[in-house]
Amino acid sequence: MTIPRILEPPGSTQSGRAAAAARRTARARRRRTSWRKALRRDWRLYSLAVGPLLFFAVFRYLPMIGNVIAFRWYQPGGNLFGEYWVGLYYFQMFWDDPTFWHVFANTLILGALSLLFTFPAPVILALLLNEIRSSRFKRFVQSMSYLPHFLSIVVVAGIIMQLLSDTGPVNQLMQAVGHAPVEFLQQSGWFRQIYVSSEVWQTAGWGTILYLAALTTIDGQLYEQARIDGANRWQQTWHVTLPGIRPTMVTLLILNIGTFMAVGFEKILLLYNPLTYSTADVISTYLYRVGVQSGSFSYAAAIGLFESVIGLFLVVTANLISRRVVGTSLW
Amino acid sequence: MVAATGPGAARTEPLRSGRSSRIQVGRGYRVFQVFNVLILLAVVAATLYPFLNLLAQSFSSETAIAAGHVDLIPKGFNLTTYKTVMSDPVFWENYRNTVEYTVVATLIAMVLTTCYAYVLSKRNLKGRGFLIGVAVFTMFFNGGLIPNYVLVNDLGLRNSLWAIVLPNAISVFNLLVMKAFFENLPSELEEAAAVDGLNTYGILLRIVLPLSKAVLATMVLFYAVSFWNSWFSAFLYMDHANYFPVTVYLRNLIAGATSGSNEGASSDTALQVAANIQAVTIVLTVLPILTFYPFIQKYFVSGVMLGAVKG
Repeated sequence: MTIPRILEPPGSTQSGRAAAAARRTARARRRRTSWRKALRRDWRLYSLAVGPLLFFAVFRYLPMIGNVIAFRWYQPGGNLFGEYWVGLYYFQMFWDDPTFWHVFANTLILGALSLLFTFPAPVILALLLNEIRSSRFKRFVQSMSYLPHFLSIVVVAGIIMQLLSDTGPVNQLMQAVGHAPVEFLQQSGWFRQIYVSSEVWQTAGWGTILYLAALTTIDGQLYEQARIDGANRWQQTWHVTLPGIRPTMVTLLILNIGTFMAVGFEKILLLYNPLTYSTADVISTYLYRVGVQSGSFSYAAAIGLFESVIGLFLVVTANLISRRVVGTSLW
Repeated sequence: MVAATGPGAARTEPLRSGRSSRIQVGRGYRVFQVFNVLILLAVVAATLYPFLNLLAQSFSSETAIAAGHVDLIPKGFNLTTYKTVMSDPVFWENYRNTVEYTVVATLIAMVLTTCYAYVLSKRNLKGRGFLIGVAVFTMFFNGGLIPNYVLVNDLGLRNSLWAIVLPNAISVFNLLVMKAFFENLPSELEEAAAVDGLNTYGILLRIVLPLSKAVLATMVLFYAVSFWNSWFSAFLYMDHANYFPVTVYLRNLIAGATSGSNEGASSDTALQVAANIQAVTIVLTVLPILTFYPFIQKYFVSGVMLGAVKG
């Protein structure tokens, strides 16, 4: 199904301006009439989009609108969008809630720590892998390191609990060096370390895929030139390799920042307990307890909306900064 | 750190090293290579150790685990724990639920994703930009937990398969991967088919899909693994143990929680479920994934690359 187009050989006899004008009016005409025409021509294509659009409307956009319950009195089982307006009542409520600020701080700390460790880990691993000459060994390391990515978060939590249980391998080691066993998951002082290191364990290997792909696109001549200029291995890495994968790094950094506020909700939910709330409780787990468990839906929705807006703001800002500073951006 | 390499060394070394054309190999670099291999072996060990330890625990006796003797080799080797877990009817029921949810959800997700990706791949379709925007915006902003929870409950999906399937029916990442793939198919084939009188549906079914087996396989795997692994939707929306997928069964086990309606084999023991039972359940949960892992891994990698081109 090809549309008849105005065909003009480039550099034809007519003046370029007239041709451009003709093209413009044609395009304008097409735009004006085309909805009806497009529907008649492509209705089968549009019909394929109906199901997916329904999905997006009901399960993605309706919940966005559903956030109005943050501003309204909502009764479970009542109207989906609440009963009557209460203004900023629930926002005022969490603003004055010391627990909220506590979990807010926890979110920032945990988010920053994970970013600090999980972002560079795949870069370093990819750089190390890139120096391996035996492709069989390289492939072996790669496939092994991808493995944790395929596990359910419940399984990961189970593994962490087994490793850190009072008879688990970590405590066996502690005892071997003459230390009393530590109840890691019951102590708030350990939660951040456990969370971040398990996060690195899960994501570092899988994260190398894109970097390794980017590394293969770096022009070999650049290394040649760097070498002629007297650059050693380390300088080559710093001045050629890293700039070569910079667009990938920036893109992934922006995406990471986008999920910053939602830090590991499911994993924290599985691993934390009241004893570790002081370091482990984050905004998403708090609003889960407030909303789903205690039934204060409007209050929880207000917190959730605040979180989503900050998340969106962070992505947009990160994108803007990176476009200005490094010239790479998502959109 | 290039150690002083004489011209002789520089000339002989390239013959052996694969990357010779651009790198002079000095002694410092060779030392680095050795360390590099050691570091990467350590990475592999750190990745695998938890699995191997778990496997060893699953075959060990409870007393050996409690005494802290189990490392990489099972102590007090036995299969009774496997028998205990596998004789629990709730475990099997939940396992079957996982299979059922995964199959249905993957099927529906594939149909919706394929249709939409095909529509989005038509470059001169009117309103295409809007249709793409509808999907992509949801990557950066979503309604959040509470409105979703309220919605699913209000729609009466609680305690049904649809509470798990429908809210996750399209992954935008997968959608973009597929769209990128369809866009790269040669358009001549479709045009020829149109001339031969096939309509859009016919072209999609008989021309496009048969050419897209690779990406379809990748997408099936992406969805299947994610549904197999998912637990939170079921945890939120399922009230009875006989609706749980195996991930929630495992979750309740490791949380030491005994849900009210669960009269499984593990609930009459202590609140804290024995380590070896946990280990066996974990092993049985990941077994299908580990079995297929060597075969599916390359599809996953290619899928991620395909997504990166567009994403």
